[in-house]
Order: sequence, then C-alpha cells, then structure tokens
Amino acid sequence: MSADPGTLAQRLNAHLGEKIAATHEWRGEIILEITPENWLAVAQHLRDDAEFRFEQLIDVCGVDYLGYGQVEWDTSDVTSTGFSRGVEGESAGRFDWASRPRTGAGHKRFAVVAQLTSIANNCRVRLRCHAQDDSLPVVPSLVPLWPIANWFEREAFDLFGIAFEGHPDLRRILTDYGFVGHPFRKDFPLIGNVEVRFDEKLGRVIYEPVTSVVPRVTVPRVLREDSDLMQARAEAADKWREN
Amino acid sequence: MQEIKNYTINFGPQHPAAHGVLRLVLEMDGETVVRADPHIGLLHRGTEKLAESKPFNHSIGYMDRLDYVSMMCNEHAYVRAIENLMGVAPPERAQYIRTLFDEVTRILNHLMWIGSNALDLGAMAVFLYAFREREELMDVYEAVSGTRMHATYYRPGGVYRDLPGQMPQHKESRWHKGEDLKRRNARREGSMLDFLDDFADDFPHRVDEYETLLTDNRIWKQRTVGIGVVAPEQALAWGMTGPMLRGSGIEWDLRKKQPYAMYDKIDFDIPVGVNGDCYDRYLVRVAEMRQSTRIVKQCVAWLRANPGPVIVQNYKVAPPHREEMKESMEALIHHFKLFSEGYCVPEGETYAAVEAPKGEFGCYLVSDGANKPFRVHLRAPGFAHLSSMDAIVKGHLLADVVAMIGTYDVVFGEIDR
Repeated sequence: MSADPGTLAQRLNAHLGEKIAATHEWRGEIILEITPENWLAVAQHLRDDAEFRFEQLIDVCGVDYLGYGQVEWDTSDVTSTGFSRGVEGESAGRFDWASRPRTGAGHKRFAVVAQLTSIANNCRVRLRCHAQDDSLPVVPSLVPLWPIANWFEREAFDLFGIAFEGHPDLRRILTDYGFVGHPFRKDFPLIGNVEVRFDEKLGRVIYEPVTSVVPRVTVPRVLREDSDLMQARAEAADKWREN
Repeated sequence: MQEIKNYTINFGPQHPAAHGVLRLVLEMDGETVVRADPHIGLLHRGTEKLAESKPFNHSIGYMDRLDYVSMMCNEHAYVRAIENLMGVAPPERAQYIRTLFDEVTRILNHLMWIGSNALDLGAMAVFLYAFREREELMDVYEAVSGTRMHATYYRPGGVYRDLPGQMPQHKESRWHKGEDLKRRNARREGSMLDFLDDFADDFPHRVDEYETLLTDNRIWKQRTVGIGVVAPEQALAWGMTGPMLRGSGIEWDLRKKQPYAMYDKIDFDIPVGVNGDCYDRYLVRVAEMRQSTRIVKQCVAWLRANPGPVIVQNYKVAPPHREEMKESMEALIHHFKLFSEGYCVPEGETYAAVEAPKGEFGCYLVSDGANKPFRVHLRAPGFAHLSSMDAIVKGHLLADVVAMIGTYDVVFGEIDR
C-alpha cells in the first residue's frame, strides 16, 4: 500500500472529523462508522476529494447484529448437573417459520457496510452505517454516486429488508418471485418458510410450509477465548505495525 | 401510418448462451436493445447464511461451488479472511502451492471462457481444443485434492496436504491399451510437478493454436471488435475488476498492487487493453494465460527445490499428524476438538480479496469470537459486472448481447451465491 494507513486514518479524521461517528483501525483496515444523515456526504467526499479519490465502490452488504456474541453452549461454568447440553439459544437453525422469534428487538440491529477502493492511491476503506429503526431500517442509497450500488443495495434489501432511500428500483433480486420474508435476518429460520413441489392432483407446482426438513443444529455455537490464538493475533498485529 | 411498438423478449433461463441460469428480459426496438433487465437468483443457495450455521472449516467446500470454474481462488479469499482474523501465517511452501494453484485455476477458468465464448459466437473448434487442456489440469486438481473440480484443498494455515510424489497414470481399459496407453502416460512418469512443468512448456504453443483460430479470424473480429465498449470511467463507476477493468486500459491487478501469497516474489506482467471492447478483453485474457504459465513455471521450480511443511503446526487450527495421534493423548484431544467443535476465531472483522480469474473476489468476514462466522459476505466479481449489463448493451443488437454475456465471463454459482 502506497499511503501509510496510519496517516490515512488521521487524514480521514482531520477531513471529515464531525461527520464520522467513530474510526477503528486494525492491521491497516480502516473502518469509519457513519450515521445515516452523513452517509452520502462522507461517501461523496471520499470519492471526489483529490486527496482520497476512492473511485470504486467494491462492495455493499447488510449485516444483522441480532444475537451478536450469543452462544448455544455455556462452557465457562459447570453446574452440579454438569455442563449444559448445548441446546439453548435461538440461532437460525433451531426454529421453523411458525415458531420464529417475533420479538427480534436489538439495539440498532441492521447495518450497511460498504468497501471502497482507491485505485489512484492503492488503499481501501470500509464504511458502516447503522440504521436507526429496527422495524423499518432505512439508509440513504449510494446509487447517485456509484451506479454499481444498485444491485448491491437490492441484495441487501432482499436479504435483510433494509430500505435504501433514493434507490431508483428497489426490487428483490436473489430470492424467488413472490418470496415472503428476508432470509438473511437472524430470526429467519435456516430451513426456510415454504417449499415447492409438483402436486399431481392439481397438476401444478404448489408452495406449502416446510415439512421435509426439521430444524437441527449439529455443532452448537460456542465462544472460547483461546490464549494461543489471541497471542498469535497480537503478534501478527505487532509485526504488521513494524513493516 | 403503421404503429410500431417495442417488443419484449425473454432470454433464458434455459438458453445455452445464457451461461447457466440467467433470465434476461430484453426490450427490443426491432433488433436493437432498448433496455436489458437481468433477473438473477435462480441458483441462489444462501451460501452465506449456511456458512453462518457451520464451523469455519465446513464452509471451505461451499466456496468451490460459488464460481465453479475457478474453485481454488474462491477458497483462497475465504481462508485468507480467517487467517487475517486469527493472525495465522501459512508456511512458505503452502504459499507457493497456493500461488501455483491460483494460476492453474486461472488457466482453467480462461480455457473454459475461451471455449464457451467462442462457441457462443459461432466457433465450435476452440471449445474442443480448450477442453483438451482443461482435462490435463483437472487431473492435476484430482492428483492433489482427490476431486476434479471441488477441491476443498486450502485450509486456514496452509493447504490440506503436500503435493503427490507420483502423477497418477491412466489405467488400461478396453479403449486404451498397448501403445496408445503408453503414449497417454508418457508425461505421467514423474511427479505432479514434472507433469505441470511439461504442461507449462507445452501450453504456450496450445495458446498459439487458439490464437490461430481466433485472433485474426474475420468472423471473430466482426463479432467482437467495437462491441461492448466500456470506457475507463464507466468501468470504475460500475465496480469492474479483473480483465473487465484491464481491458479498458486501467492497470489494476491485486496480485501486483496488494500482493498476497507469493506474488511479490514472482515475475510476471499485467496485460492491459486499449479500447475496452470485447476483442481487447479477449486479448487480455489470452495474454493472462501466457503470464499464468510463467508463474506456474516459477512456482514449480521453487517447490521442487524447497520441501517443507505445508500447514501450520498449531494444533488449535490444523489437525495433528495421524501417526502422532496414535502416541499422544494431547494430539488426540486436539484432533477431537478440532473436528467436533472447530476453532474459535477472535472477535473482529476483515475483508480479504484475491485476484480471481474474473476479477476481485472478496470475503467480508465478521466474527464475534465463536466457532462459526457471525456474517460472511462474498463479493463476487460477476455480480458487479452483470449489473452493468443494461448500461453497456443499450443500443447494441440482440446478437451482441450474447457476445457481452460471454465477455463478462459470468458464472451463476458466484452471482447467485
């Protein structure tokens, strides 16, 4: 990378200071947290400013932070009856459409993450914008700046139900025609909501609730802090800083 | 006065020139395209959601099935993302093996592309020639991983196993025996590296054969020159990468600009187009095949001279040797934990990209510290390219839409994910 990322982060902060809610940097990857009001302005500045010149929008995707850090198997405490059975939790593999969790409340669940690349300066930056309202997440659209955002945002809308304000053509893109729900949300069952089959009596393809598979989790989700890995990661970060 | 109306036609999803399951709704004014609306998602399998429900290593095999003609490059992006988060660095030999196989994959992909694109535009023979060479490279895939296509060969921390000492040979059958069999096995006497070295010596001549068929071919040029011109500014705005971007004259290749694996130690050039039309992109891809052959030669030379481990010796990430498991309780426990629960990746997020044959294939990975990824997003080059379809083919003839689909090099495994 041509520009020293340390200074890039500082320069970004100096330029956009009040418009950036937070900056994280980890091994040269810069993440800017931006509120929806400033989303377009920051993106435009990054694209057009002669110093940064992030010409390319490489990727936009949605993220659902519901259940972040939650586990299905408690491995830190043992009770008088032994360890837990690894069957609790509400991961997408454990419920079907009828019994999906309806509360779904989290603190600013939905975020949109965009990756920008500057070909002129050979560097990357990542922007993240948390939608303010969980029941109707809205984020301004990047289509006026980069036409490529069109499909990426349609995908995020389709899979996460994030609405993009100012998008010219916000249709579903990956799921079936007439699909119900947003499948990549964490409260959408892994087995899906409907399945199709050909009905011989009716002589046509019909949709009906999923019965051919049952929800099942083979490996429970666990969280362990492995001291070896933490060490390796810290060393790698140090090594990166030295270079 | 006769009333003239635009006509809407449906192209695909089972049209042979649609390269899979593309449904293209075209609004035509006579034979001219007024609007193109690609409908995708017919092959959507929810790879990213499935990956969230499995331990990290279980999803490596899914990566092969994304862009199913450049299998190992997809794996590379995914394992690099995991390695980033864990701070694990593969040994040098593993890095060379990955470089080697990324290039073998690039040749495989471009062969598929040149064959099918020529077939779409009316040149039958190239397809047969291209598949002759593809077969040999698939044998290399099989020798190293056990499968011809979906290799699942890369692992976080290295590759699954070392290169085989002996290149597998053809067995006698009712159709191939005696002299014929001997001829078929002539290049398979030595190791896999010998076979690849032979291949790399021979391959530039094979590329010459394809070029004889196409480069100066009048029909080929009529179908591609000046068709689907992408201006450099347009290529940037539409997020194009790989040969699509280089065809428009922008010298941008992650292997050179943001080197990974061993690309910074290897000598190769980046071919760049001038006009940004289908013909230039053809020339770029053909030149890339030649460059890949150079890289393969260099990797083979290094790998011959430098034996060593091919995966990290950290048992939290990679399994211990089988012999060791017979003796050591520790090794047995590590093996059990690794294959039942997997490893936990420290909390964080990263974006790792590789220069896949079609463009930038990226993996955005968010981990909350668990043994399964919290979110995986795969940035497929074909998805970005195909979205520009409407802007590029507007005003072209219907037949040029086929040329354009070919030059995008679309594969629906990665677009629909």
